[in-house]
Parts: sequence; structure tokens; C-alpha cells
Amino acid sequence: MTTDTIHDTDHQHDDHHEHKMTGIKRWLYTTNHKDIGSMYLWFSFIMFLTGGAMAMVIRAELFQPGLQIVDPDFFNQMTTVHGLIMVFGAIMPAFTGLANWMIPMMIGAPDMALPRLNNWSFWILPFAFSILLMSFFIGSGAPNFGWTFYAPLSTTYSNGSTAFFVFAVHIMGISSIMGAINIVVTIMNMRAPGMTYMKMPLFVWTFFITAYLLVAVMPVLAGVVTMVLTDTYFGTSFFDAAGGGDPVMFQHIFWFFGHPEVYIMILPAFGIVSTTIPTFSRKPLFGYSSMVYATASIAFLSFIVWAHHMFTTGMPLFGELFFMYCTMLIAVPTGVKVFNWVATMWRGAISFETPMLFSIAFVILFTIGGFSGLMLAMTPVDFQYHDTYFVVAHFHYVLVTGALFSIYAGAYYWLPKWTGYMYDDALSKWHFWCSLISVNLLFFPMHFLGLAGMPRRIPDYALQFADFNKWVSIGGFAFGLSQLIFLAVVIKCIRGGEKSEAKTWDGATGLEWTVPSPAPYHTFEKPPKID
Amino acid sequence: MAQVPEQNIAKTAKKLVLVVFAMFGFGFAMVPLYDVFCDITGLNGKTSDTAAQVNENGVDESRLVTVQFISHLAKGIPWQFEPMVREIQVHPGETKIIKFYAKNESVKDIVGQAVPSVSPGQAALYFQKIECFCFNQQPLKANEDVEMALQFYVDPELPRDVSTLTLSYTLYDITPKADS
Repeated sequence: MTTDTIHDTDHQHDDHHEHKMTGIKRWLYTTNHKDIGSMYLWFSFIMFLTGGAMAMVIRAELFQPGLQIVDPDFFNQMTTVHGLIMVFGAIMPAFTGLANWMIPMMIGAPDMALPRLNNWSFWILPFAFSILLMSFFIGSGAPNFGWTFYAPLSTTYSNGSTAFFVFAVHIMGISSIMGAINIVVTIMNMRAPGMTYMKMPLFVWTFFITAYLLVAVMPVLAGVVTMVLTDTYFGTSFFDAAGGGDPVMFQHIFWFFGHPEVYIMILPAFGIVSTTIPTFSRKPLFGYSSMVYATASIAFLSFIVWAHHMFTTGMPLFGELFFMYCTMLIAVPTGVKVFNWVATMWRGAISFETPMLFSIAFVILFTIGGFSGLMLAMTPVDFQYHDTYFVVAHFHYVLVTGALFSIYAGAYYWLPKWTGYMYDDALSKWHFWCSLISVNLLFFPMHFLGLAGMPRRIPDYALQFADFNKWVSIGGFAFGLSQLIFLAVVIKCIRGGEKSEAKTWDGATGLEWTVPSPAPYHTFEKPPKID
Repeated sequence: MAQVPEQNIAKTAKKLVLVVFAMFGFGFAMVPLYDVFCDITGLNGKTSDTAAQVNENGVDESRLVTVQFISHLAKGIPWQFEPMVREIQVHPGETKIIKFYAKNESVKDIVGQAVPSVSPGQAALYFQKIECFCFNQQPLKANEDVEMALQFYVDPELPRDVSTLTLSYTLYDITPKADS
């Protein structure tokens, strides 16, 4: 490994050469992976608050039975755009941001392999979401057909927002594809000498596999939205039975993208907690190579399980059994991962810093989400659970307490590396505990609501669901407010605080901790040596 | 960045761009693939759109199959459209004729097209139409009505666990696209 002295001289050397632009131009023209990573992270947080505000509208309407705050059409717009923003605007860009910041530093590369492409893939994102959000103010409202935009809801019965939706998704897709290509090219070509594939940190591995998934399925999403576009406006009949099409085919193509997409949002989370748990357990990760193979198997299986979203479409028995068994098979590599994390903690010298708290909460709560996923995988019971709040509970457990909690774990873990200061520990603990309690109040009762038969995507409900919905809404408001604590922690941490050392956590390993904190603008211009 | 193999980067990036285009094409390739797959297996309940020959495999007198008829109007077609018989019982192999009634209730001339679908899907391959109004477009002048015939038989090869077939017709307004 290189020593800090070498880097300090490197750094001074940079300062002589660097013509750093100032003001807005610095951010518009930057090709620096750290700048772009920061922009991705800020953008995703803004989108997170935007989508969160829509969730607040949903929960306010559902606080009590009856229609009181918004009309049903606007309610549907809220659920649709909330889903789109959280998936494509919050979770995915946050992961890309972490990838941009950390991957070059973890593999000892000076920057991403395609820095200009990197700049472009970030800067088209705000336009995509402006188009999507603009649809609220133009015509008869935003998309209201659900984030899954099933035909014919998005074609024949569209409220006129389909074009906004399609072009926004096209741009998001292009951005994701370019980001993914960049990650793959960087990892394949820019690793420091001596860093073989099986020496890469697991964080890098999970992003590597995720990027491959993105390259494979985002074009399919682009294709299916294009078909929706031409069906709606240009008279084609891909999904219209009158012209020989088939609306069920929409679901096949969409979920062929959609299921790998689910893993795109969770595999990087596995990478993050596989970094934090060993650090705070002060033990190396248990079963590194089994983790790599488990990640790859999950990615492979994600391509052959899509129709488990469609058990109620009248598939033949053989199809239902095939997709049921393949889906249950995914529990095996996922189980390998969960047991490896537990085994890493086993007899470790564990300390409970905030990143570790989020990581442990991730392991427990993600597993709950995984188990409800197994329940949904069973064809016979899925007929009861399909399109109920049980599904809503399931995917919020994997995406909020799974993906989002892992992002928080990663953010707290690397904040000192990014800012050079330690975050406010007490405030971060408040953030964790408030989030943990409120998120369970928010999502756990949804399981019972779903089992009792409350359908998803409705603005009103039967009276017997009133009590649970009230508690869920209270949990929702509390969870929403708790996230503002995080904003406060980050702003405080950027403005100052206790200085962080190069290696913030005594148990941390990895090249990113060999450079000073805050990480200098340019790192590893001379590649480090890996033993 | 002198030590970085620039040409390798370009090579990897080009390969990935190819994959992107291939997968975009694959999304569209799924459309014909899906049709072929469904034609072979009958999974999506689509019946054959060409006339079947008269049954030569004999009649299976040992069992009766219930055939139900339902009709739907697609959005925006101002017609009345319903089966004149809701349900009949047939022996597999036996040829039957039933009629659907359609009336254009608007003041415009409209061309309609009925699209059939059979449930359960796996029975679709065994539902044979010798003559069907769904093979042709049906133009109706304002206020005109018509009785449309369907001549069919259920293939004796129909799996024995299927005792009820539902044939559903959805009627679409295809005036703008109709053959003149």
C-alpha cells in the first residue's frame, strides 16, 4: 500500500496544475468522480424528499376512511409519481453516487474510466425529472397508472401524461445505462496493479454485477416504454387486442426488466453492509468468495423469475410452478449472504457506531422483507396477497429498511472521508432510532392490512381498516420528519466538527482509508501497490 | 493517466454499447417470440384466426362440455352486442351453430371487429371455429342490426379435466383502420 507521504506530495503537485473552475461552472463542467458523486448524492436526496412529500399526501389521505384531502385521480398520480421518483430518482442515483465516489478510490484508480460520459449521465437526470414533474402542471395531470404503467391503463386509458412519462423514463434509462457502462469499464480496466478480481472489495463486486444487470435490462425498459408511446400516439397495437396485440405481453416485457431492476436496487446494498459489518465487528468478512458467487447467482436468477409478478394473469399450472420454484431458489444465495453477515459479527468485537446500527437494522429488517417475499412467491397464497397492502409492506421493507438503510449506513460510514469531519454522533443516533421506530410503525401493520384484504392504490377503504391506517399514517409522518435530522447531520458535518483521521474507523480496511480525510480532489494518480 | 490502457477502455465500452443495442432489440424481439410461443401453446387464450375443417375425428359421446358465451364492448363503441344463447352443452366433436346479435345504436356508420379469447387458456387450442363473424370485419350502418353466426366444435382431444369453456368476444370500433 502507498504511504500518506507520497499522497501529500501528489496533492501539492496537483495544486500547481489544477485550474479549478469556480461557481456553477465547476459543477456543470466537472469530470471529477468525487464532484459527480456528490452531485448524484445531493440530487437523490432532493428527489427523496420530493417523493417523500408525495408519500405524506398519500398517508394524509389514508389517515381516516373517506375522501377528505385529494380526489382519487390525484391520489393515483401521487402513488405513481412517488414510486417512479423513489425508484429512479432516489435509490438508483444514490447508489450511482456512492459508486462514483468510492469505486475509483477502492480500486486505486485516479478517476472513472469515462469522465465526460460521467458528467453527462448525471446532468441529464435533472431534465428527466423536470419532465416528469412538469406533467403535474400541464394538461390533465401527472401519470396516474401506477409506476408499473400497465397497458391499457397507460395507453388506452391514459390521461394524456404518457408522453411526459415515456420521455422522462427514456432519459433516466440513458443516464443509468451510461453510468453502468462507466462502472463496468472502470472496474475492468482501471484496477491498481495486483488487484485481481477476487481481491476487490465486495462493494466493488456488487456494483460490478449490478452494472451488468443495468446494461442488460434498462434497454428492455426503453423498448417497452417506446411500445407504450407508439400504442398511445401512433396507432400501433403491441398491447391492444383490437389490433392483434396482447395486454398481458406488456406485463411479460415489463417484468423482464422489472425483476432484475429489483435486484439493481438491493445488490449494492449488500455491498455496503458487507463493508460496514466487518469494520465494526473488527473481523474480516466471513465467506468472501461465497458472497461473490451468491451475488452472481442472484443476478442470474433474477432473469428467470419475472412472471411471479403475474400469477393471477391465468398462467398455466406449469408456468406458475416453474416461476414459484425459481423464485424460492433465490432464497438460497440470499440466505448465504445473511448467514455470512451474522457469522461475521459472531464473536467479533462489535461496536455500535451509527453506520453499524443501520447495518444491523438492515440485516434484520431486510430479512423480514425477504420472508414476506417468500410468502408472496408461493402461487396459491399469492392469489390472496396479490395487489394488497401485504405487497406494499413487502417491497417497502426491502426498499426502505433494505436499500435506503444501507445507503444511510454507507453515507455515515464515508461522511468523514468525504467532508474531513466527524458527523454529530448524538444527532445521528437520533436519526437512527427515530427512523427505526417510525419505519416499523409505518410498514409493519401494512402486513396485517394486506392479509385482511385491503387493496393497494386506493384512496379510501373499508371501516375495519381505520385503526391500523391511522397508526401507519402516524408512523409515516414520523418517518418523514426523521429524515430531516439526516439533512441536519450532513449539513453540520460539511460545515465542520471534530477532525477525522485518514482512517476514521479503527477496524476499516480498504484503499479509501489510505488517503487523507477529506479525500483530496485527486487521488491515486500513481496507482498504489497491492500485495 | 499515462499508465491507463486507453484502447482497452474503448474496447470494453464498445462491447457494452453493443450489448445495450442488442438488449433494446431483444425487447422488441419478444413481441413476435411471444406470439409464436402463444400460437404453439395457446397460453394467452387466443383462438386460431383461420377457419377449421369439419371435424373428422368422430364425436366423443362419453362426456359433455359446457361452452359459455360472453361479450364485451371495448371503450367507445356505441353498439349493442350480445350472445343470443348464454350457454350450451356439447359433446366434444359435435358441430354447433350459435348466433350473436349486434346493433349499431349510433347515427354513424361503424365498422366493428370482434376479437375472441378462450378461458381456460390451454383449452384455446381445442376450440375450433368452422365459421365465425370474428374472421371478418362487420360494418353496420346507423341503426342497422345483424345476427352473426358462429359454427364451431370442441376438439375431442380436449383434456378431460376441462369441463367448461368460456368464449369471450370483445368488440372494437375499427372504423378508422377498416379496409375500405
